[in-house]
Amino acid sequence: MGGVEPWEGKDMINCKNIIKTYKNGDIETHVLKNVSFKINDGEFVAIMGPSGSGKSTLMHIIGCLDTPTSGQYFFDNKDVSKLSDDELADMRAEKIGFVFQAFNLLPRATVLRNVTLPLIYADINEEKRKVKAEKALHDSAFPEEFWGHYSNQLSGGMMQRVAIARALVNNPMLILADEPTGNLDTKTGEIVLDTFQRLHMEQGRTIVLITHEPYVAEHAERIIHVRDGNIVNDEKVKNRRIANNHGHH
Amino acid sequence: MKITDIFQETYTALSANKARSSLTILGIVIGIGSVIAMVSIGQGASGQIQSSIEGLGSNLLTVSPGAAQQGRGFVSQGRGSAQTLKNEDVDVLRKIEGVVAISPERQGRYQIVSPLGNNTNSTVVGMSPEYAQVRNVSIENGYFVSDANVRNLGRVVVLGPTVATDLFGEENPVGKTIRVNKLNFKVIGVLQSKGSAGFFNPDDMVFVPIITMQKILAGGDYLSSIAISVESQDLMPQVQEEATMAIADKHRVDLESLDFSIVSQAEILGTLTQVTDTFTLFLAAVAGISLLVGGIGIMNMMLTTVTERTREIGLRKSIGAKKKDISVQFLVEAVMLTVIGGILGIILGWLLSFIISTLSGLATTISLSSVMLAVGVSAGIGIVFGYYPARRAARLSPIDALRYE
Repeated sequence: MGGVEPWEGKDMINCKNIIKTYKNGDIETHVLKNVSFKINDGEFVAIMGPSGSGKSTLMHIIGCLDTPTSGQYFFDNKDVSKLSDDELADMRAEKIGFVFQAFNLLPRATVLRNVTLPLIYADINEEKRKVKAEKALHDSAFPEEFWGHYSNQLSGGMMQRVAIARALVNNPMLILADEPTGNLDTKTGEIVLDTFQRLHMEQGRTIVLITHEPYVAEHAERIIHVRDGNIVNDEKVKNRRIANNHGHH
Repeated sequence: MKITDIFQETYTALSANKARSSLTILGIVIGIGSVIAMVSIGQGASGQIQSSIEGLGSNLLTVSPGAAQQGRGFVSQGRGSAQTLKNEDVDVLRKIEGVVAISPERQGRYQIVSPLGNNTNSTVVGMSPEYAQVRNVSIENGYFVSDANVRNLGRVVVLGPTVATDLFGEENPVGKTIRVNKLNFKVIGVLQSKGSAGFFNPDDMVFVPIITMQKILAGGDYLSSIAISVESQDLMPQVQEEATMAIADKHRVDLESLDFSIVSQAEILGTLTQVTDTFTLFLAAVAGISLLVGGIGIMNMMLTTVTERTREIGLRKSIGAKKKDISVQFLVEAVMLTVIGGILGIILGWLLSFIISTLSGLATTISLSSVMLAVGVSAGIGIVFGYYPARRAARLSPIDALRYE
């Protein structure tokens, strides 16, 4: 391959004929049948589909939490599909930030400690940890007065912003959010979506959002529709929603 | 992941569930504490017996009548029943080089009555003045039996301190007359207390001249034993061998069918040490079982913890934790529990043995080795019983762990 075409270097995610099959005894479940797509550096993409469509499995593969049964997955021009568990862990530590539906914060640790956690596994020294954590909390618009609070003392919207700060802290190439508004009411959901949009627009971050709600997906620039293990549609969002941050700040 | 990070994570995890952590630690505390206490009691008892035996006289050989019974040790020899040891044997033994003093002895048990009307049943030992030197006894009050007393068939008696108290209470017995087996004896002295040696109490004895014992009290000119004090530890085996030859020659018996036996103090001590060591081992084994139960408690808690924290493990993996990071974290948690338990257990064991030694007077000793062993064992238990839960945690797939409800 030439590799000199200008768009090639900009591919952050390149999935080629991804197939994922789960075996349970004699029963084989084809979760992803033949999925190919690319996501460029700096894009804000929503992967949308109903439950059971395979979007979660796709997210696991994109997030280097799982490897495909067959096909190739290039992340940052590196073939991830054949990596070992520990190599995948390194990829996650250095290049990907996760935001989960259930926030998944450590309950008996402070906000600051929760945000610092990924840096521990990335072997970053203590002075740098503090600087990075504080920057990430600022970027996710988390108010400074709550930095010392235990995470289980916070509201859902606050928790999700801690989780976003945690995802940002090691300056990852990709932010992967799995139903980030699923456990939040509309109002706090808007705040979280606003945070993503700002990170995308102001810092040019690459964000992949997994959701089953069209309303949430329409905050992205592009929507990949997944159904029954196949991509059924991949389009730019025509009337993109801008999150209404109800009096935040 | 740095060591300080691991410790901080461990602290957070353990303090998150204080009640459960404390109860699990308690299991180890009891286990380690009882091992320390039991071993200290055993070692204390063994040390006390050893010092008592050594206090009975140093470098001592004891000749007993009757054949030695193979494998049954000194306690069960038919001592006193055989009549093969005679006064003449003592003269043969005196010629052996390295012998410092020889004490022929004849024992019996008789009723003893004091003028106050108190009476006791005690061991009466007929012996020569050399007894004091050989058996390492000294006079508290009055005089010990003299050569003249022996020659003159003197009806004099020296009391052990226990007997003196039994018969006379607080009064001074010296100069009083007591009745031993209905015969009058004059008390000429009282011995200093030596303390019990575990199997017999030298304080609970009375002493009369050997000839008086043989001719007047017991009858028959044989001896129950001959104690030989040897010049030095090094000469013991040589003197033991020569003494065996000399008496065998005198008795006209060959070495295969001896009608007497000679045991050294070291052998007696060895037998007793063997007994106390077995005893210590037994106590430690019983305590060790409770330690094992404590270890199973650790494993139980860690398995519960791993299940409860499945989502946390999933999260840690998703943000970059490797298998090793997870297994080390859980292993350190288990080891931390057991080490804290071990340290508290040492304190508990020390307190227990202190209380026991205060109450019973048994000088318990806690050796550095048993403390080191306890710490090592408790850390080892943490590793052994924490390994399986830690491995289980590390092997969880991040996807399954994140999905876990």
